[in-house]
Amino acid sequence: MSLKTFPKGGVHPEENKLSANAAIEIIEPQEKGLYAIPVSQHIGAPAKVVVKKNDVVKVGTILAQSGGFVSANIHSSVSGKVKKIDVITDSSGYKRNAVIIQADGEDTWEESINRTEELLPNVTVTADEIKKKVSEFGIVGLGGATFPTHVKLAVPDGEKAEYLMLNGVECEPYLTSDHRMMLEKGEEIMIGIKILMKALDVSKAMIGIENNKLDAIANMEKIASNYEGITVHPLKVQYPQGGEKQLISALIGKEVPSGKLPIHVGCVVQNVGTAFAVYEAIQKNKPMLERVVTLTGKSVSKPGNYMVRMGTPIEQLVAKSGGIPEDTGKLISGGPMMGKSIASTEVPVTKGTSGVLIMKQDESRRGDINPCIRCAKCVSVCPAGLEPFLLMTFGEKRLWDRAEQEDTMDCIECGSCSFVCPSDRPLLDYIRLDKSKVIEDRRKNSSK
Amino acid sequence: MKLTLSPSPHIHSGNSMTNVMWTVVIAMVPALLVSVYFFGLGALLVTAVAVSASVFFEWAITKYLLEQESTLQDGSAIITGLLLAFNLPSNLPLHIIIIGALVAIGIGKMSFGGLGQNPFNPALVGRVFLLISFPVQMTSWPLPKVLNFGLDATTGATPLGVMGEGLRNGESATDIMNQLPSMLDMATGAIGGSLGEVSAIALIIGGLYMLWKKVITWHIPVSMLVSAFVLSAILYKINPDLYACPGFHMLTGGMLLGAIFMATDMVTSPMTPKGQIFFGVGIGLLTIVIRTWGAYPEGVSFAILLMNGWTPLINRYMKPKRFGK
Ligand code: SF4
Ligand code: SF4
Repeated sequence: MSLKTFPKGGVHPEENKLSANAAIEIIEPQEKGLYAIPVSQHIGAPAKVVVKKNDVVKVGTILAQSGGFVSANIHSSVSGKVKKIDVITDSSGYKRNAVIIQADGEDTWEESINRTEELLPNVTVTADEIKKKVSEFGIVGLGGATFPTHVKLAVPDGEKAEYLMLNGVECEPYLTSDHRMMLEKGEEIMIGIKILMKALDVSKAMIGIENNKLDAIANMEKIASNYEGITVHPLKVQYPQGGEKQLISALIGKEVPSGKLPIHVGCVVQNVGTAFAVYEAIQKNKPMLERVVTLTGKSVSKPGNYMVRMGTPIEQLVAKSGGIPEDTGKLISGGPMMGKSIASTEVPVTKGTSGVLIMKQDESRRGDINPCIRCAKCVSVCPAGLEPFLLMTFGEKRLWDRAEQEDTMDCIECGSCSFVCPSDRPLLDYIRLDKSKVIEDRRKNSSK
Repeated sequence: MKLTLSPSPHIHSGNSMTNVMWTVVIAMVPALLVSVYFFGLGALLVTAVAVSASVFFEWAITKYLLEQESTLQDGSAIITGLLLAFNLPSNLPLHIIIIGALVAIGIGKMSFGGLGQNPFNPALVGRVFLLISFPVQMTSWPLPKVLNFGLDATTGATPLGVMGEGLRNGESATDIMNQLPSMLDMATGAIGGSLGEVSAIALIIGGLYMLWKKVITWHIPVSMLVSAFVLSAILYKINPDLYACPGFHMLTGGMLLGAIFMATDMVTSPMTPKGQIFFGVGIGLLTIVIRTWGAYPEGVSFAILLMNGWTPLINRYMKPKRFGK
């Protein structure tokens, strides 16, 4: 039987899952270490700081309150003293407010948090309590987009959730954090799924995993057999299958209409790592204060996966993996297709940091731009069915309205077009420009 | 340590324009070899002159007329030269070849703004110009003579020419077929014709190589050949005395060269699979129409150029299906 995948476009970059066999290692907070915890680690409004300089905090103490419905609480990931509230540069390159905590080395946790390893399979809370706790504990999507989870659990009036879909695809090359979680925390993930199903009142959950993670598929299938309504679906390896709309069409063959959310076709998509965080929040009262980060790259001596506290400088992970290689040319937060290049190793790990990729000088350069030879490769790989070469031309000519007519807003910024172009044309750069101009124009028009 | 900051994606497939161009060049080698085998050094000479002249004109025009940086490294001038040569008789006087290259590169390509901008296949622009300006030289074909390294080949008509002539004189297509080389000769290339078009087998090998390397897709060649086959089969069914059989159409003239190397030119063909099929069908039907009712015995070049003219419209109306729409 041929494996399922999404219907249109896609590419298959070298997988380079160098750290696939490295078990998750825990990185403990360092005494006297400074932990910069940004108040905006999610999509939506920044949280509002509720602590002040010299306050003593424990692991799990709330530092900043959600700043609106689409926002999330921020908790301290170390125990110690608030040193200052300052502006730092985060992995997106933006300046953000952050609470900077000096760790005391004691690692004292809030008493309410259950720190035992004991597996708690019985879900006793109600759907409403789940939603409340998910919001209270600052849970956001760990796949990289960091969309607050409680927002996705609030099904709008008139819509009904039918499926919960779990994204275990990890289609970005190099990254292995979800892969390791599915191998090492499969039971917890499964309970997390059960909790999410209860919150959404759905009876069917589908876990999509790409077929390059056979061990994870086997493990999750074995565990899922003890759970009603949860099924595991091996998928053909094809980037960007981890995109929500791509995953949905791969699993149930439905296309989410342009401009609509997955719930429109009865689906809610969550990352497997998020399911684990939900388990910990509901069963163990644990806020989102740590995550698994892959540290990898061809020149890295020991690529690995680390459970790290939010706010940990990337430096500490780099040190664990054997230090920064001599010929490093680029540091990327996330994967090579959609990740952001970062300017220094001082940048802290946040909820959205799925991995850190170190690239060598010679891998970091972009090719020289040549004329478009109309080879149609960009068109054939675009999962959104767009014409990237055309959208780039409109970008160059500043014809934003034409770009909008040609559906530039449907671009999911997967980068497949730029990846494949034989003339090395920076297609996505121009499409991003198109999109930002269209948004600007729309704003102007609506304020008129 | 200097860190590069740039937007995603941070990796590239490694696919480059140079790769694409060299793949096409390699794909043309089998047909070139067969041509040397049957037409001798003349074929090699014509090819060498066409390629060097194309490269020279591209260099000279970019440097002295446009005053831009050299674009030779992209290899496209070599391909234009090769394709032009493939469309010429192997005994064509050299000055005519040079004129053809000047028209192909100068008018067919550079006048529109160079690589990627030209609406018509440059090699075909060159060929059609020569066909109109030098009709005699362009239609006197050396007959194949295995491994003849002299340049004194005897000339004669191509199978398509014989067929056209015969039908006009009221002979029946079946009788004409009997005077022509066998289908086997047509498949291997032991027939008169432009130097690159004669061997069906060599052209197909080149096509398969390009398909394997993903430089072309099946849509254009298959839709063009199938539609030409179907139309000629219908005509043949109606009256086998008036119309040549479909197999004959497939194996003669520029049908395969056109389907595999000329119509698939990226710059001048549509972008989406449905657009490509529409384009291919158009070429296939037009070819048979021109061959059957037109003034020239051969119709592939005209058919491709006509459909090249349609490409912008096809691209406008046959867009990819948007996801979720
Ligand atoms: S992939 Fe590059 S060269 Fe090919 S059509 Fe798209 S933009 Fe043009
Ligand atoms: S246009 Fe957007 S969605 Fe399409 S391939 Fe490029 S980045 Fe991906």
